[in-house]
Amino acid sequence: MVNGITWGSIYALIALGYTMVYGVLRLINFAHGDVYMVGAFAGYYSSRWFGVHEEPNLAGAVLVTLTSMAVCAVLGVVIERFAYKPLRKKPRLAALITAIGVSLLLENGGQLVFGADPKFFPQIILSKEIDVSGVIITSQQLIVLASTVLILLILQYIVHHTKTGKAMRAVSFNRDAASLMGISVDKIITVTFVLGSALAGVAGVLVSLTNPKIDPIMGLLPGLKAFVAAVLGGIGNIPGAMLGGYIMGVAEVMVVGYVSSTLRDAIAFGILILILVLKPAGLLGSVSGDKV
Amino acid sequence: MQQLKKIGALLIVLGTFVVLDLRFSASLNPYLMQMVIYAGINIMLAVSLNLINGFTGQFSIGHAGFMAIGAYSAATFTYYLGPHLLTSSFLPQVISKWLIFIIALSTGGFVAALAGVLVGIPSLRLKGDYLAIVTLGFGEIIRVVILNIDAVGGARGFADIPGYTSLFWVLALATLTVVVIRNLVYSSHGRAFLSVREDEIAAEAMGINTTYYKVIAFVIGAFFAGVAGGLFAHYLLYLHTNSFTFMKSIEIIIMVVLGGMGSITGSIVAAIILTLLPEALRPVKEYRLVIYSGLLIVMMLTRPQGIFGVREFSWKWLKDKILRRSAQAI
Repeated sequence: MVNGITWGSIYALIALGYTMVYGVLRLINFAHGDVYMVGAFAGYYSSRWFGVHEEPNLAGAVLVTLTSMAVCAVLGVVIERFAYKPLRKKPRLAALITAIGVSLLLENGGQLVFGADPKFFPQIILSKEIDVSGVIITSQQLIVLASTVLILLILQYIVHHTKTGKAMRAVSFNRDAASLMGISVDKIITVTFVLGSALAGVAGVLVSLTNPKIDPIMGLLPGLKAFVAAVLGGIGNIPGAMLGGYIMGVAEVMVVGYVSSTLRDAIAFGILILILVLKPAGLLGSVSGDKV
Repeated sequence: MQQLKKIGALLIVLGTFVVLDLRFSASLNPYLMQMVIYAGINIMLAVSLNLINGFTGQFSIGHAGFMAIGAYSAATFTYYLGPHLLTSSFLPQVISKWLIFIIALSTGGFVAALAGVLVGIPSLRLKGDYLAIVTLGFGEIIRVVILNIDAVGGARGFADIPGYTSLFWVLALATLTVVVIRNLVYSSHGRAFLSVREDEIAAEAMGINTTYYKVIAFVIGAFFAGVAGGLFAHYLLYLHTNSFTFMKSIEIIIMVVLGGMGSITGSIVAAIILTLLPEALRPVKEYRLVIYSGLLIVMMLTRPQGIFGVREFSWKWLKDKILRRSAQAI
């Protein structure tokens, strides 16, 4: 159960990035899962660079996380600028295929740069087991949970209580009208990619705390599942993405625990198909009709 | 008379394939042979996916799932029922083998088509990105389910499949796929597929049953993918679910996109190029997939409609173009 919630947090963090990008661009950013992979590797290299793996401490861990967030944010902006922006006026299918292409490029480029063999993420935080009224939680899991909740609160604040957040919501509501109101749509899209990719970076570091084996194709399945989580909660909806992430994580761990571990990957897509057939708008989403 | 001509043409084409088969299957270097057979199978996959993606405009990224269903059901048929039928049959061995193979391939096709109905039905409610993700999920579910069926080998893979696939079968079935889909697209049904792609609401207003055509596109596309899977199974003699991952679906999509969504000849050309390209890139093996994906992005950025766009390649078009060029030159 605790495991499920930990995985759920990771899915939720990645799903937030999907939801935000989908909200403003109406584009499934397939490369998002790979940005998360790059985040994990950025954390790996920076922790060696700063020497955090020798003496684990909280400040070092925060430093590593911030570095990986910065790397991912830059990567996200670069992807947006070179791959998606030229296609903004073209049919959405073209952008979707480009997104798949970027994802493949990052995966295979990653295999070239980082090497195809898995690497072991150093322990940047000491492992301690904490007993919370009978449930054993490791300190890493606790950190994952706490940071996810913290990030959700920060994100809610940004989206609902700042000017940029207001502009983001305006762009996602109606891009043309927003630009007529004097909002720089390009700038808002860039900000969205910065935020979303930074979240993926955090997720990359956090997942490496509990599952230290990292490799260049680690982003593929969590990326897809996080997307499912975003759809589950209602795409474009931030609390929905969180809820979807947690449901997904818990459901998966339950299936592994009680049914069969080989069915783990099928459950995510099973949930997806059920949700899309029964309630296409997602659990917390609102139905919007198509305009002719 | 017309009928007679068609039958004559059919016989000539089949005869050519038999001759080609006899001439090359023994003497051709096995490596080249494999390339030709893979190219044929890829043509079938690309053209059948083009019906769904290109002509009907339903973005499906789970084509490998249909191929897997076809491959496994065809192989199951020949593996479990084949030997019984072979011993109990009163026909000569060669003919009964042919019959078994035909039945196996059709089984593969029909089971895949059934799966096509299952995927087609959610597509009634979904469009665009959502449909894409559902087909993706469906492909993965199929793979995981097959992985858990012990009768077809499960995680060990399905071995000892009889090797019935030959050059003749691949050529004949690839031609069949192309001809059927071409005729379908140029019929009044084909107009209906195109109208669904261009504007669903307008198509509906014109009295076209869009739901019906979307499902039909999935069913026909899945059928041919299933047959292609059957050929693949009886060529490789061994199946493993790793051959049918998300990457395989992407590979087929790249073929369709590169050739041009809505161009049959484009799909054929792209399928051949993309079968040969990895072999040509073998010297720079590590960079192969990077080049591949880079190519896809560059392609989408510079020419999103693919090599041929929605046009078909024809000699007449080429001739006109050359004539116009030379006229301009003068």
